[in-house]
Amino acid sequence: MLEPSQYPVSSLFGTGVVGTSTDKRQMANSSNYRAIPRARLLWMYERMTLIREFEETLRQLVSRGVPTGPVHYYVGQEAVAVGVCAALDATDWIASTHRGHGHAIAKGADVRRMMAELYGKSTGTNRGKGGSMHITDTSIGMLGVNPVVGMGVTHAVGAALSAKVRGSNQVAAAFFGDGASSQGAIHEAMNLAAIWCLPVLFVCENNGYADATPVEYAVAAKNIADRAAAYDMPGMIVDGQDVTAVYFAAEAAVDRGRAGNGPSLIECKTYRYYGHHQSDDPLRYRTAEEEALAKARDCIKRFREQVISEQILRGEELDAIELHGRQRLDEAVKFASESPVPDPSELYSNVYVTAHP
Amino acid sequence: MTQKVVSAVRELTFSQAINEAIRLEMRRDPNVIVMGEDIAGGAGRAHLGMVDAWGGALRATRGLITEFGAERVLDTPISEMGFVGAAVGAAMTGLRPIVEIMFVDLIGCCFDQLLNQAAKMHYMTGGQVAVPMVVRLPYGTRGSNLQNYGGGAGAQHSQTLYSLLAHIPGLKVLVPSTAYNAKGLMIAAVRDGGPVVVMEHKFLGSAAKGNIPEDSYTIPIGRAEIIRTGHDLTLCGIGRMTHLCLDAAEELAADGILAEVIDVLTLAPLDEPTILESVKRTHRLVVVDEDTPTASMARDIAARVAEKGFDWLDAPVKIVTAPETPVPFAAVLEKFYVPTSEQVICVARELLA
Repeated sequence: MLEPSQYPVSSLFGTGVVGTSTDKRQMANSSNYRAIPRARLLWMYERMTLIREFEETLRQLVSRGVPTGPVHYYVGQEAVAVGVCAALDATDWIASTHRGHGHAIAKGADVRRMMAELYGKSTGTNRGKGGSMHITDTSIGMLGVNPVVGMGVTHAVGAALSAKVRGSNQVAAAFFGDGASSQGAIHEAMNLAAIWCLPVLFVCENNGYADATPVEYAVAAKNIADRAAAYDMPGMIVDGQDVTAVYFAAEAAVDRGRAGNGPSLIECKTYRYYGHHQSDDPLRYRTAEEEALAKARDCIKRFREQVISEQILRGEELDAIELHGRQRLDEAVKFASESPVPDPSELYSNVYVTAHP
Repeated sequence: MTQKVVSAVRELTFSQAINEAIRLEMRRDPNVIVMGEDIAGGAGRAHLGMVDAWGGALRATRGLITEFGAERVLDTPISEMGFVGAAVGAAMTGLRPIVEIMFVDLIGCCFDQLLNQAAKMHYMTGGQVAVPMVVRLPYGTRGSNLQNYGGGAGAQHSQTLYSLLAHIPGLKVLVPSTAYNAKGLMIAAVRDGGPVVVMEHKFLGSAAKGNIPEDSYTIPIGRAEIIRTGHDLTLCGIGRMTHLCLDAAEELAADGILAEVIDVLTLAPLDEPTILESVKRTHRLVVVDEDTPTASMARDIAARVAEKGFDWLDAPVKIVTAPETPVPFAAVLEKFYVPTSEQVICVARELLA
């Protein structure tokens, strides 16, 4: 668990853990890595660095004027998406937010098709009809990026209800931000998941800001996880810059859900490195000092230092993963730029599932 | 149009026909579930067992929980945004939820789930995701004849509002008018692959009765029905207003005016050809709509006919609608709110004068 002195801004971050605790979650950071299979650690590093590479590549493309529409970079928060998805099965569901590229990649989305979607190409995840704010891939259990803040959370509850009715034993994870935590839909969703005892992980990514509005202004509770008590579910607070901490909390919540014991709320204290969207300058509302403190706790850097110092993984294999990620992004950009645009007739397709006379 | 059915018939009310449609679809497909406030109501309490005390505010879901259990017949808290959203998510992942929102007036509480989520999911995911859900929306008020007291539920529990929903690309909006077409349209709605809104007039629920076959049958979505033929003018009715049109046609016939009556049945996608073909024969059109007039279905139908059927018209298209006001409470005021067959007759005579 985090010490308060580790937080970049004390007002953004609470202390301790509320709700029930698990043995796994109480493990000290230094031993967390040893408790995770090597293959899973490699996967975590691969996904975190791939998300970062995707977003940094995208930033360059946007700065060069590639018309991607509005994009919301996930840089800084990689440990949250990857830690949660590491605890999920391929058939489990996730519902995402407007800041959704990281969730999609963590769940296994193909970065070539994601990039093609941002380019508005027919080879995109949504065949060029969604864009960044609607990236969806149900073949990997990704129910969709959803830019109407909070709405995806209700869909995760529905997916969990569906799993229960069909007896499929799937769980659903709903990502949402500190901003969304004030949205009524989320409170309704938590209440429904609790009364119906549904296998839902409510994953709050508290990155300190809803657009430009700070969490300590907008949220009455000291911690968003405190609200779990109102819905009779465990509320956990974890260091969102530590992928292992997120993973163990998510694993406990998945176990609880699959056992039929209902939903959990996990608040991940994290930080977004860039502005709310591609053209937002966050230094208009936060300080350079705060940013520097947050970046000093970078989730990828910490992971790398820790696994090397504990001699769990070697620097060369991590380098190879990063190199491979860069190559995949090069391929993705090539694939996206060379792919065909949608046929104009696509404007009229998919309005209805079933056409009528 | 309608599938041939050979099963036994019995008299059912509109609400009973809806109930039977849901029941048959739940038997046919285990992925069909029902959700809403008090759709069972009380079932599960120790002294009641699996028997509902309510069965929905209009009793349309009565008895379902006894047959299908609480896992498929889900009473919800008063939480429209939450449970309509859960229905969207359930529909995206393999179920076919039928959601009751107690009255259409309450869609404000969950409008995003209809406007931005259910309606657009299929399109914006490039066809990847389907949202096969039915949203049942009781609507309307009775109007007072001063022998009864009208609906009397006032401005927030009496509205029609289907024009708002028909405006949203991706939503299908059905307005059954009889027990028979209520059952057939409801079954078609459940089997449709996307989100379908079924508007159920509160005062047809127990008042409209018909001989209903026991078996399943569907009525095609997207088709209007000519329910009375005539060549002097066309009366186009929506939902309960269709009955006013029939009453008016009967009275006009006594004067030798032969009105054709169209029951629109589906507002979106609208069956434009049936309406235009009728106007081509009759050269005159009156649209009767319980909704308020601005940006309404009545105006939309009138505009389409003016745009595409202008050469066939011998007179301006007329609309008979509610006034541009909230629904009033007092019976004497509500009397003037809901269109009446007298108004329809009056407008028809003007057109033919």
